Amino acid sequence: MTPAPFLEVKKASVAYGATTVLEGIDLAIAKGEFVALLGSSGCGKTTLLRTIAGFVKPVAGTISVAGRDVTRLPPDKRGMALVFQSYALWPHMTVAQNIGYGLKLRRQPADAIARRVAEMEALLGLTGLSRRKPAQLSGGQRQRVALGRALAIDPEILLLDEPLSNLDARIRLSVRHEIRALQRRLGITAVHVTHDREEAMVMADRIVILDGGRIAQAGTPEEVYNRPVSSFVAAFMGAENCVSLAGRVTGGHFAIAAGPTNAPCTVPLAGRPLVDGPVVARFRAEAATLVPADDASAKPEGTLVLSGRVESASYPGGHWRHAVVVGPDTVLVDAPAAFAPNTAVKVCVPPQALFLFSPAGAETAKAGPSAYKSNKASELAGA
Amino acid sequence: MTSLATTTATARRLPRIDLWWVPRGLVLGLLAFAIFGPLTNLVLWTVAERWYFPHALPLEYGFSYWQRVFSPRGNAMESLANSVFVASLTVIVALALAVPAGYALARLRLPLRSLILVAFLIPQAFPNLPVYVNIARLFYGLGLNGTIPGVVLVHVTHGLVYAVWIATAAFSAIDRELEEAARSIGASALRTFRDVTLPLAAPGLMASAIFVFLESLDEFTGSFFVGAPDVNLLPLLLYTAGAGGNYQIASITALLLLVPSIGFMLVVERFLKADVLSRVGH
Repeated sequence: MTPAPFLEVKKASVAYGATTVLEGIDLAIAKGEFVALLGSSGCGKTTLLRTIAGFVKPVAGTISVAGRDVTRLPPDKRGMALVFQSYALWPHMTVAQNIGYGLKLRRQPADAIARRVAEMEALLGLTGLSRRKPAQLSGGQRQRVALGRALAIDPEILLLDEPLSNLDARIRLSVRHEIRALQRRLGITAVHVTHDREEAMVMADRIVILDGGRIAQAGTPEEVYNRPVSSFVAAFMGAENCVSLAGRVTGGHFAIAAGPTNAPCTVPLAGRPLVDGPVVARFRAEAATLVPADDASAKPEGTLVLSGRVESASYPGGHWRHAVVVGPDTVLVDAPAAFAPNTAVKVCVPPQALFLFSPAGAETAKAGPSAYKSNKASELAGA
Repeated sequence: MTSLATTTATARRLPRIDLWWVPRGLVLGLLAFAIFGPLTNLVLWTVAERWYFPHALPLEYGFSYWQRVFSPRGNAMESLANSVFVASLTVIVALALAVPAGYALARLRLPLRSLILVAFLIPQAFPNLPVYVNIARLFYGLGLNGTIPGVVLVHVTHGLVYAVWIATAAFSAIDRELEEAARSIGASALRTFRDVTLPLAAPGLMASAIFVFLESLDEFTGSFFVGAPDVNLLPLLLYTAGAGGNYQIASITALLLLVPSIGFMLVVERFLKADVLSRVGH
């Protein structure tokens, strides 16, 4: 999909003293691509952005732009512009001076700067505010000045550090689309840090999910949403319901054995690295359906049916959300109509919405090579 | 909302006398007397022609001593000019040292940071007299005694604690991201310092300059041992006049010293913001 990468992070590791914040990050970003770094707080996403910007020096690894190694270059020599979460507008300068500062540094004539500033102000809807100081602006206006200041210098790479998190919810939705549209129109390569899954999904061409200083998964929004590679990614992308099952790999399928709360069923393996034994199953509340326990209608091939009991129901809007007790676990399932508490129900999860993960990490750690072998075997069986 | 409005209305209709104002008034009155009593005495002395015990007020008023102080033969104007010149030089030298030192102390992670900050206090911590007697002896050997550079050096060591502490606080009150924002769009470290850091630290640096200026203007012991009798400063004039029993001259000199102090105190309050003050000494 990507030709030669424009911005490339190779095996970058960052440590503050003894604590490792990033470990062996590999990331290649094409020119004009919009990449979102997604993760919960403390996962290292901001550190990765600051490493790319040049404010943090990696202890190992390289960062290159268009094939040029910039790892040792100071931030001002990298041709990037960073938009800070706090906006970091200079309080002693007016809006026009803030936006024009980068051009002043490049020794452009005053009239050219004035023209460019007016252009940026028109683009970002800041016309008429030139002479205001940042303290006299609203949050949304400050955010746009910060963006204008970064865009005015025509950066090759635009770095955004949660620029929307300080805006109120309604403005945030429109600014998302504004930034995305602007980035497409100007053809800028952008790296956007966020902890908001929906924001990342809506804005980015590609989402990089970070967990504990490592990349958990990188892919298009559709890929990470529908084909999470780990239980963590699935949970982070909204598949919070979690039940324990067991099964075996048979040919191109995974046969889920009958358990105390579930009927047996067989789902396509679809290239997933599953192994015989216990698996963790995850699914989204809106992907499952709820039927009465005595419902006997046929389910589509491969549907996982869990039996449980409704604990409570609430109405978040559009549908009823039920907390259903399934064995030792409680799952959330949406249904168009409410089921009364204590009703015996069946939870049906279609195979394409069921994410299965072998506890491979734990098994490899315990069993070592044998787990590797069975992993290999399952891959062969899958192929 | 309505109940609140009615309560305020009743409160306004019936102004209650708070008995607590009696002790408060007494304390405030005493405080005012403690501050303004000596000042009134000082002002009275400046216009007293004749005043001796047991009279509570001067017997005769007039400005003849003002004429004597400001006459071409009087050395008050020379002392004032000297004092202002020495104080200005002291400010320049102290800030030239305090700006880089303050920036380093605020920004770099120095291992002995608090120890370094305390080190600037040392000139204040020891009794002045033996220190300056020794400095005077040292400066004799170096030929600095009785020279303006010598006096400026003494004043700088004395004022540096204010300069460095306030400058450090002024720099650490600046959000680092403001500097990083400039770096990220292409400003070099030096350019960032000039365009972002320095203008934002300016009010704090101004305040530290004022403190150093006032310290230098008022400093006596060092000026006496290192400067006198060749470099005449206002505090020395004040001392000579006071020691000679000439209270009028002493009071007029003191008043001259008071003018810049009060003026600067009014200005410094504008420059020292809470965010800077809260960081002094940290």
